[in-house]
Amino acid sequence: MTALAALIRRDIRIALRVGGGALIGVLFFLTVTVLMPFALGPDLALLTRLGPSILWLGALLASLLTLDRLFTSDHEDGSLDLIVMGRMPLELACAAKALAHWLAAGLPLILATPVLGLMLNLDATATSAVALTLLVGTPALTFIGMIGAALAVTLHRGGLLLAVLVLPLSIPVLIFGVAASQAAISGPLPFGTPFSILCAISLVSFVIGPFAAAASLRHGLD
Amino acid sequence: MTLIDLANPTKFLSLTGRILPWLAGATAILLMIGFYQAAMAPDDYQQGATVKIMFIHVPNAWLSMFVWGVMSLAALGTLVWRHPLADVAAKAAAPIGAAFTFLALVTGSLWGRPMWGTYWQWDARLTSVLILFLMYLGLIALWRAVDDPSRAARAAAILTLVGALNLPIIKFSVDWWNTLHQPASVLRMGGSTLDRAFLIPLLVMAVGFSLLFVTLHLAAMRNEILRRRVRSLQIMQASQQAA
Amino acid sequence: MRLTGRQIDCVRGGRAVFSGLDFEAASSHALAVIGPNGSGKTSLLRLIAGLLVPAGGSVALEGGADELTLPEQAHYLGHRDALKPALSVLENLSFWRDFLGGDASDPHECLAKVGLAHATHLPAAYLSAGQRRRLSIGRLLAVRRPVWLLDEPTSALDAAGQDLFAGLMQGHLARGGIIVAATHAPLGIEAGELRMGGSA
Repeated sequence: MTALAALIRRDIRIALRVGGGALIGVLFFLTVTVLMPFALGPDLALLTRLGPSILWLGALLASLLTLDRLFTSDHEDGSLDLIVMGRMPLELACAAKALAHWLAAGLPLILATPVLGLMLNLDATATSAVALTLLVGTPALTFIGMIGAALAVTLHRGGLLLAVLVLPLSIPVLIFGVAASQAAISGPLPFGTPFSILCAISLVSFVIGPFAAAASLRHGLD
Repeated sequence: MTLIDLANPTKFLSLTGRILPWLAGATAILLMIGFYQAAMAPDDYQQGATVKIMFIHVPNAWLSMFVWGVMSLAALGTLVWRHPLADVAAKAAAPIGAAFTFLALVTGSLWGRPMWGTYWQWDARLTSVLILFLMYLGLIALWRAVDDPSRAARAAAILTLVGALNLPIIKFSVDWWNTLHQPASVLRMGGSTLDRAFLIPLLVMAVGFSLLFVTLHLAAMRNEILRRRVRSLQIMQASQQAA
Repeated sequence: MRLTGRQIDCVRGGRAVFSGLDFEAASSHALAVIGPNGSGKTSLLRLIAGLLVPAGGSVALEGGADELTLPEQAHYLGHRDALKPALSVLENLSFWRDFLGGDASDPHECLAKVGLAHATHLPAAYLSAGQRRRLSIGRLLAVRRPVWLLDEPTSALDAAGQDLFAGLMQGHLARGGIIVAATHAPLGIEAGELRMGGSA
């Protein structure tokens, strides 16, 4: 257990210190959301209607873009070799890294949601619905994106290719995340239906993500 | 390297060399019969002659999914059984699968034009195929991003399997999303409601296109094996000159 | 304890690096792997560490802990130092101590042994190349592992550092450890030799 805690603690520390990427994700989220009214016009009614979609899209892009370095930085400085050799199962180590990444980069997105919701003229119900769906959905994005991050080690390149590979896989999360938010705001569907499917997708990704990432890392080292 | 790489593939090359002409011939004959029957099939009382696009659209749509299945099997071959031909099969299948998927998209869109009055409608079936097409393109990009074929093969195998696990989820969510936004689907095509006059040409076309895939796939695998031989010869040459 | 490799073939990127390699290292013995660039010294170490899969042959550790694999009983000191510049010297070492687990010792003592006692709270980014190397050597001391796999361990070290490291290696051998080191320079300890790439 100490090994697990040590890994999570280390990754969070690095992400929050100078040069870490955690806050850049929030900044990106903020900027994308602020750009939207410029593209759509400052019509508050329209922004209210599109608000949940805008927030979800921003969070999706922000959480995937910061994932780029999840494994490559450890690969470049040789840490990944030692993590692979360690006594902790690699799948568990991958899950720990993803969890640390979500705590450092995903959670701040959710904390920023109320402020952005205010700017998009969302009321309290709508904002809390979006925040709740993001709370359940963004871990799924991290764990799915982790597969792409592990492939980036094999490829010696991440960035755009990673996004191209991972974005199609995250479509279900987007669909049910937005649908649940909309259901809470305007109905007619009960909030529970899409929300519980979103939870299910998250749980599935917790299983697939670490195993696929670990397999990719094991096969991809040289 | 070369012994393991070449021993099995050599047998494969000579075997496929003999089979391929027959396969190609059978494919051509079946497709000709299929096209003839399709041309002779009666027009639909609602859709008119446009219904004949179905004879090309449906086999392509079926193959777009089938090829991903073939690649998933090959991916298991790469990761689990470490079969030397598995990654060749996976790599050769990807562009062919992408081509079939693209044809399914184009024919679907052409078919939709008279129905919907627009080339593109966010119809559940078309949208799923579009996402599948994007995934094919991503996979091909992945293959092209790595120089060393065995490394690329393992990365692509993992992505293929993850894709295979995700495809049903994606299909389900797109269907769900679609019913949420537009309750009535325009294209409705249950196999059982199809008239025999349509069903038989459709089956012939499906078998014909499947044979076309097998033919193209084997030919592409031969090319890939030869390409790898050239590559290892070049590497051998480089290391000889260095020594 | 005995570390043996039998008929190992190594293939990288379609190129045969070496083939049919045999080696053996017993408890309290060091093995120096020597050979020109590209002869596969690093590949051999990474093979033993389980980071590369051999195309043929096998590596085994006899007499170690049964429930652990060879990589789990080995330290690997590669070209790269596995340090995070954003973390302090102590945080770097403590992390590896906690993560690697097993029979651990006090990180402050380890840092003192490698001559970094004065720098424990500085960010690792401020260290020189030699100091970074000393810090990674501290990792070998922080957690006990019977097998040390060292890739050019002394490359960035000054004379004093090399003497210090030779002493640490002596201590490891005296406790019954095994060392396999790829090196161009003399290790400063008594070691058997494994020549790579010279036969062709």
